[in-house]
This record gives sequence, structure tokens and C-alpha cells, in this order.
Amino acid sequence: MADAMREGTARGAGLAEILRDAGLYALVTLGLCIPIVSYRTDLSQTSALDLTPRWGVVAGLCGAIFALRLVQRMVLLRRDARRALTPAPRQATEAVDATPNAGQRISGLALPLFLGAALALPLVAALASGGLGPARYWIDLGILILTYVMLGWGLNIVVGLAGLLDLGYVAFYAVGAYTYALLATTFGLSFWLCLPLAGLAAALWGMLLGFPVLRLRGDYLAIVTLAFGEIIRLVLINWVDLTGGSAGISSIPRATFFGIPFTAGPNGFAATFGLSFDAMHRNVFLYYLILALALITNGVTLRLRRLPIGRAWEALREDEIACRSLGINTTTTKLTAFALGAMFGGFAGSFFAVRQGFISPESFNFLESAIILAIVVLGGMGSQVGVAVAAIAMVGGPELLRNLGFLKAVFGEGFDPNEYRLLLFGLAMVAMMVWRPRGLISVRMPSVALTQRRGVSGALVREGHG
Amino acid sequence: MSVAGINVLVEETRARQAAAAGKLLSVRGVSAYYGSVAALREVDVEVGEGEIVTLIGANGAGKSTLMMTIFGSPQARTGRIAFAGEDITRLPTHAIARLGIAQSPEGRRVFPRMSVQENLQMGASLHGGRHFAQDLERVCALFPRLKERLQQRAGTMSGGEQQMLAIARALMSRPRLLLFDEPSLGLAPLVVKQIFGAIRDLNRREGMTIFLVEQNAYHALKLAHRGYVLVNGRVTMSGTGRALLDDPAVKAAYLEGGLVEASDIVEAKG
Repeated sequence: MADAMREGTARGAGLAEILRDAGLYALVTLGLCIPIVSYRTDLSQTSALDLTPRWGVVAGLCGAIFALRLVQRMVLLRRDARRALTPAPRQATEAVDATPNAGQRISGLALPLFLGAALALPLVAALASGGLGPARYWIDLGILILTYVMLGWGLNIVVGLAGLLDLGYVAFYAVGAYTYALLATTFGLSFWLCLPLAGLAAALWGMLLGFPVLRLRGDYLAIVTLAFGEIIRLVLINWVDLTGGSAGISSIPRATFFGIPFTAGPNGFAATFGLSFDAMHRNVFLYYLILALALITNGVTLRLRRLPIGRAWEALREDEIACRSLGINTTTTKLTAFALGAMFGGFAGSFFAVRQGFISPESFNFLESAIILAIVVLGGMGSQVGVAVAAIAMVGGPELLRNLGFLKAVFGEGFDPNEYRLLLFGLAMVAMMVWRPRGLISVRMPSVALTQRRGVSGALVREGHG
Repeated sequence: MSVAGINVLVEETRARQAAAAGKLLSVRGVSAYYGSVAALREVDVEVGEGEIVTLIGANGAGKSTLMMTIFGSPQARTGRIAFAGEDITRLPTHAIARLGIAQSPEGRRVFPRMSVQENLQMGASLHGGRHFAQDLERVCALFPRLKERLQQRAGTMSGGEQQMLAIARALMSRPRLLLFDEPSLGLAPLVVKQIFGAIRDLNRREGMTIFLVEQNAYHALKLAHRGYVLVNGRVTMSGTGRALLDDPAVKAAYLEGGLVEASDIVEAKG
């Protein structure tokens, strides 16, 4: 009897607390609404500001937030009550057990699935939209996404494996692009010759950046690399004689099929292979080219992870001092990480140049670095599949917004979902950081195993210090 | 030849003599600074082949600094450190490790997100993993617990297990000299016993030379052949482990300090 009463009061107290909490949320909403929503400002005919009070809207918003929070808390309360009754059997030891959970099983299938989808994309797009021409949008989008996948995988070597926070990665992308553009326009070298040269040039710049920052870690490293990225961009803008300044470099030779140009003439690709000419052949070729480049990046990274150098990178990320006392030369380890990461950035850059046919410093601003870094962090540092998924979400996501025409029916004709891109992005980022703070795929598979492999969730392990 | 040149020659001869006398590690007149603050002043320490030598002292006495100075970070400002007759005073840390010194560092410093096996592989990276299987067998015999946990992430293990891993990782490089920095730190008494037992076994069975820095003076001195007492960056006392254990000053300062009644101290002074 007394127990039942106590329980009743406890529940009552819980309800009161929830109501108070929801009320607080509504209050905060009100506070936020007062400067933003409560008055609508219009220019009147006399060019003075007309203030139209909209307290009804404010009340509606506050009420909605109140109700939402109330429902959320109620649901959580019931869930907690249910959980308290049936304790989860594998609470603390969840991720240590041998049987892979659903997420791990999916990530095991993910790679072949992705690969199949990526290989089939041009074909499927062409079939679905009836011809190569109409499929152009999808193929171009695929090229864009794959470029970022490759950049993400390249940066993943530096940030994800070696743990060196690099905010200026776009600099190497730029070095690669300009190397190809300059070599091709000045000396008329072919893309296939320029590609390794661009990679080498970028790797060299990676080493150059690496030397002064050898002793830096974390925030300090981030600031210096950020500055490095900006320096490269400013040099590209100001060294007008070489780079053409902000006008950039145009009429960069287009990609050829190993020497056979994609033209309509008798020596063109279509004529050589007995096809009817289609301007889209070049795009399809570019698509498979970037796919191959990205897969090479992935393959090299996966291979390196199993070699001593890759393990040294990971150990460096975990604990630099311990690394040194085990006889690992941290200087060369860091420099190789910078150089290799930069090299793949350079490859991607020269691909960018050959695809666009025109480059200017505008394409290599800090936002690009931020997006690439966001892809790596969102994907779960060090996870190859995670990076690919994050690249699709980050680059493909905004494109999705273009196609949300039905929202106009809800919010009226003037609603353009594209304008809310950054807002939605921010929301998605916040949600990620709340629910998956270590990235989409935070399980790290050991690179060696005697019998079977077990991944352990990153959430159970503290971050490496230092 | 300049005076400095002669000095170098003399010092080199000395180092060789020390090596010939069976001194694997010799630290002579070493001073180390953090900025302008002296952490070590004119420290002399020697470790002979096959010995367990311990260094005890209070918090902030400079024990860990000496350990790290031997490993080249911070480098000694004055004095000379020689290992197997070779001057290592100015070598970078990784080069010192390659000569055959390994360390079980303070705070263990295992690689938390890597598996136990990967941690051990990192330890074996000096040899490029040539005798990995053999060495793995050896450390697993020493710490059977690690064998059960080869695939587990190091960061998810208990403190004692991490300490075992830190020692095992150091052993994987087949060192000639093993440095321990406070292996008992933060461990339960039973685990401490286990760790010290393993250190003893390493020395008695395999003849491993061990330099042990410890706050747990009783255990360390009981285990060690010889010991040094470090106070404010200076070596104030040295002798066999037994002798130091019996020394009244050591007893008062490091062994019974917490247990002695205040009245006893007054009496002892009077």
C-alpha cells in the first residue's frame, strides 16, 4: 500500500519535472523568437520600415516546441521504465563479444555493394533516364561524389590513420590541379604523364609542410595547416605570371582515351571503336577514371595499414611518446603520412583540372578543406567505408534538396529548399555529434588477427592522448 | 689536438672501461633541466649486465626524468650516458631504442585502440617482425593473461593487464636493458606482486638487465641487487638492496613513513 503510494508520488514528481522541462524549452523558444520571428519588417511605400507583429506565430512555435518536448520526455520515460524492468544482457561487454552486430555485418557487405553500385551507375542511369545524354546529371554527380570520396580517403591517411589534424588539405588538391594545368598548357604533356608528376609535386609539398610542423599536434597543427592552405591559395592568386592570378588557367587539354580524343572526327573515340558519337563518352570515361583513382587510393591505404608503416601511423595517432620509445622514427613516419596523403590529393587535383578544363584559385578555398575534413570525421576517423558513406551524404545530400519539390506544397510557392541547405547541414552535423560522436563507423578492425577478427566499438575506448 | 678533443677521448676511454667492467649502462655526472629548472644534478648511476638496479625517491625527486633522460628526451645538459660502451647522450629517442634499450613507460602508454596483438607487433617493429611468433610465445608464457586477450583492444583492459602489455611490448624488441617506470602505479597489491614476480623471473631465468624506477620502495629494494636513492635530483645514497632496506634513514623516509607514529619520530630525533 505504502509502496504503491510512494510509486504514485514518484510518478507525479516525474510528471511535474517533465512539465517544468517542457516549459523551459518553450521559454527558450520564446526568447529566441522575440528578436527573429515576433515582428515582420517590410518596406512601406514611404521607404520606412513597417513592423507587423506576429505574436500568433510565436505562440504557435512555443506551443509546438512545448508539445514536442513533452512527448519526447514521455517516450523516453516509458522506455527507461521498460529498460529498468529488463536489464540489457550485454551492457558493458557489448562490443567485445565475438559475434558481429548488425552494423558490423552491414559494413562487411558494404564494400562489395558500394563497388557494384559504383560500377553499374552509368549503365543504370543511362537505362533509367533513357540514353546517355539525359543521364548526364547522374554521371556528373557520381564524378563529383567520387572525387570527394578520393579526397576523403587521401586525407584519411593523414587525419584518420596518423592522427595529424590537417585543415589545409585543399592545398595539395590545388598543387595537383595546377601542376597538371601548367604542364599540359606549357609543355603539352599528356594527362597520363602529368598524373604521376602532379602526385609527386603534391607529395613534395606535403613533405615541405611536414617539416616545420613535426613538433606540433592537435590544435596547433590544425592552425598551421590552415595557414598553409591559405598561403598556397594566395600564392596562386598573386603569382599572376605563372598561374594567371584569379583569372585562373583555361583551355586545359581535355582527357583523352589513352591518346584517342573524344571528338566527332574520324580519329575520335567513337569512330575508332565503331560507336556513334556522343559527347557523354568523355563523362563516362571520366567517371570510371575517378572511380579507378579512388579505388587505387583505397587499395593502397588498406594495404599500407597491414604493413609496418601503416601500423606505425596508427600507433603514432595513439601515443607518440610510446612510439618513439619503441624505436619508431616519428619524423619519417609523419612525413610519409603527409606525403602520401598529399600525393592522393594531387592525383585528385589533376583529375579535377582535366575534367573542368578550367581552374582558378576560387575552387581551392578553405570551405573545400572543411568539407573534406568533415567527410573524414563524419565517416569515423580511419574507416574507409565510413568515409565513402559520408562523402555521399555530404556531397549528394545537398543535391537531394534540389529534388524536394513537394515541400513547396507544404510551405508555399516561395519556398526554395536549396536556401535551407546549410541549415539542414548544420542540423545533421549536430545530430551526428549527439548520436554518433565518433563518426558513422567507429568500429576499428585490427589489421592482424590470429583466428577471427573482432571489431571493438570506439565508444568503449578513450581517445589517444598527446 | 684541442682540450675538448682530448676530453672526448678521455671520456670515450672511460665509457669503454665501464663497459669492460660489465657496466651495461653508465650515467655519469648527468644534469637535466626543464627550461631553467634543474631536475637532475650530477647524477651517477650504473647498471651492470644481469643486474636489477632500482632507483627510489619521493614524488618530484627526478626519477622519471632520469628515466627519460636515458632515453634522450630531455637530453642531458651535462654529463655522459653510455650504453654498452657507446655514447648515447645526444642520440634521438628512437635511435637509443634501436641500440637495445626498451621501456615500460610511466602510465603504461599502451596504444588504446589497437589490439593486444597489434601492440605487441609495434614492440617487435625494430626487427621487422622476424621472430614475432617466437617472441609472442615467450611473453605469453610470462603473462598468460595476454594470450587470452590477443584480439582485445588494449584500451578496454584493466590497469594490471595494460601494465603486463606494456612490459610484454617492451620485451618484444629483445632488449638488452629494460627500463621500468613505476610499474606498480595505481595497481592493486595482488597485481603489483604479480608484476614484480614477472620482473624477478625475467632477471633470474633470462638474465635480463633491469633498471627499475619505483615509489614502492619496499618491493623494489627487496627485488633489486642494488639501489639508488634520489632526493631533489641528486643521488644521496646507494648500496645493495638489502643494505638500503635496513638503512634507518631509508626506512624512515620511504618505508615506514606513513606508518610511524608522530611520537616515534620525535623520540628518534631526541
